[in-house]
Amino acid sequence: MFKILERKDLAPSIKQFVIDAPLVAKKAQPGQFVILRIKEGGERIPLTIADFDREKGTITIVFQEVGKTTKELGTLKAGDYLADFVGPLGEPVDFPNHKKVLGIGGGLGVAPLYPKLKLLKQKGIEVTSIIGARNADLLIMEDEVRAVSDRMFVCTDDGSKGRHGFVTVVLKELLEQGEKFDEIIIIGPPVLMKIGAEITKPYGIPTMVSLNPIMVDGTGMCGCCRVTVGGEIKFACVDGPAFDGHKVDFDELIKRLQTYREEEKMALARHEGGSCKCHQ
Amino acid sequence: MPSINRSKTKTPMPSQDPKERRKNFNEVALGYTTEDAINEAQRCLNCKKPSCMEGCPVHVKIPNFIKHIAEGDFEGAIKVIKETNSLPAICGRVCPQEEQCEQRCVLAKRGEPVGIGRLERFAADWERNQGIKTPEKTSSRNKKVAIIGSGPAGLTCAGDLAKLGYEVTVFEAFHEPGGVLIYGIPEFRLPKAIVKQEVEFIKKLGVEVKTNMVMGQVLTVDDLLEKEGYDAVFIGTGAGLPKFLNIPGENYLGVYSANEFLTRINLMKAYNFPETDTPVKVGKRVAVVGGGNVAMDAARSALRMGAEEVYIIYRRSEEEMPARKEEVEHAKEEGIIFKFLTNPVRIIGDENGWVKGIECIQMELGEPDASGRRRPVPIKDSEFILDMDTVIIAIGTGPNPLLIKATEGIKLNKYGYIETDENGKTSKEGVWAGGDIVTGAATVILAMGAGKKAAQSIHEYLQNK
Repeated sequence: MFKILERKDLAPSIKQFVIDAPLVAKKAQPGQFVILRIKEGGERIPLTIADFDREKGTITIVFQEVGKTTKELGTLKAGDYLADFVGPLGEPVDFPNHKKVLGIGGGLGVAPLYPKLKLLKQKGIEVTSIIGARNADLLIMEDEVRAVSDRMFVCTDDGSKGRHGFVTVVLKELLEQGEKFDEIIIIGPPVLMKIGAEITKPYGIPTMVSLNPIMVDGTGMCGCCRVTVGGEIKFACVDGPAFDGHKVDFDELIKRLQTYREEEKMALARHEGGSCKCHQ
Repeated sequence: MPSINRSKTKTPMPSQDPKERRKNFNEVALGYTTEDAINEAQRCLNCKKPSCMEGCPVHVKIPNFIKHIAEGDFEGAIKVIKETNSLPAICGRVCPQEEQCEQRCVLAKRGEPVGIGRLERFAADWERNQGIKTPEKTSSRNKKVAIIGSGPAGLTCAGDLAKLGYEVTVFEAFHEPGGVLIYGIPEFRLPKAIVKQEVEFIKKLGVEVKTNMVMGQVLTVDDLLEKEGYDAVFIGTGAGLPKFLNIPGENYLGVYSANEFLTRINLMKAYNFPETDTPVKVGKRVAVVGGGNVAMDAARSALRMGAEEVYIIYRRSEEEMPARKEEVEHAKEEGIIFKFLTNPVRIIGDENGWVKGIECIQMELGEPDASGRRRPVPIKDSEFILDMDTVIIAIGTGPNPLLIKATEGIKLNKYGYIETDENGKTSKEGVWAGGDIVTGAATVILAMGAGKKAAQSIHEYLQNK
């Protein structure tokens, strides 16, 4: 059992938990993820490590309540326990000879972006960041990202905070102004990563994306998370989740994410409806 | 002296009616009654030089335990079995006895061999119904051994070392121990309650089982030996990396590896969705590609999940099929449709990316290949399309690189499996390996045999250390 030490509501539907998991924290590196299960009979869901503290032995996760499992997770409080918490999984990211990097996070994507920016900052690399959300309420981790950025842009789709528009608008501007980066990191909904990678491609700037396909075991055993990268099948859980954004087949990823849409809807409706309605 | 039964055929095994069982996940073979077991045991000639034992990778004293059954001494029988086999309820169900002990039984020359597997299962089930006694602990040797993987190789190695008095910890990546016995082999062939019971028995021997530990990621082999105070490590991580066909269309929605399909159903209990949270899509028409036991398991599971028509697509003929005959017979009885000498060339999808069919080509058998089996060759212009909702790829697995990648100085063979000597010792000091991670995908009993040998070799090593 793994104890939830802290809970913070970052936005109406976005929560942050700090989990007591010393062994995972000891080895965790930026870019890696965990798989958790709330209880017996629950599903295994992957979540990116948003932060870790080796000394305290904690892992921070951030999630948005969208389906049954994440909604159920959102009802837990500090002091509650998770049945299973596995990690660190996936390949860590590294930026060996970089001097200047741009990081872009859209929506919940800001959470997995943060540990990468933190690593860059620790290595003394110049960090520019663009973070965005649909509206000001849904914007998360602004202070954290600012603390590890040399320069930060904030955008909202509805203009309720920062620039009015998508994060990709600012990306385009920077590139058109002739700014150079050794690498651009884009994390967010698959459509955002797809569009972002299309924008950076003509400039020939290496572009890292972090993929979120459906997973079961997270250890390369089932192949559920397979994605096509540069024409080859890769398993996001062991070969990724970070990949070269210019080579990922995003359309396939977007389609595969729909596999269980009907089941997800059914499970959610059943969860929200409380007990079954057959006895009414 | 018990009387002798001169029947040339095995005492039949009661089993669920195929029409009924194709709709449920309950065990197919129901097991012998006491009368059946004594009756069958009385067929054994109790040979002076029992060749059956040579066919058993863990050298169960077969005539000896059968004699106990014939005499009605079931406690004596299970005691003899457990001297060399710590997982008899599992072996009695899933061992390919027809290629091992039973193949060598002298009765097999003029009729059917003694039903050794059925008798082993009977003895193990009898013990379980009585309540398994907690074994006596041997005095501690103050040496620690780490076992990576809780499948048949790891559990056997752990059990044997614990009996010898070592402090043993088993590390399992999943949330439940058992490895392939839990995620792979379906309930109707091996009830999970039995696996759990065997794991409990190993725990009672003093073995600690740590779940949720993806070794190589959370701890490395070097961490275990240098920082965590272990004196030896056994690697039994299995062959878990699913192979795909590398044909167009394999990433369409509704295409599964057998590993994924079976894990969703067995480990994650998708048959109980939405009571449990993990779904699986089965559809009405399902094609399973492959001819091994895993293919049979996937096909028969698809049927039980509500599929109307389930096909096995296999590129060679029935004779070359690696699956156990019994499994193939069971599958046929349940209505699985076999397409032999058929090879998929592409998977066809609809506009939303869902599978709608599989295009195959007819094959014929040519010259024998490296495996000694006749090589299947395509017949020109014989392509045809089968409409399908789901395609399951069950063409084998490779070694999972996760732990190997993180283990420095361990020698691999050209296929990426760990190289060991005949006792399971690897090129790395203090490290042994056994089971599918050494041999490639094989059987439960071979993995157990490897775990056993390694335990003995580790014992010798630690005694001299």
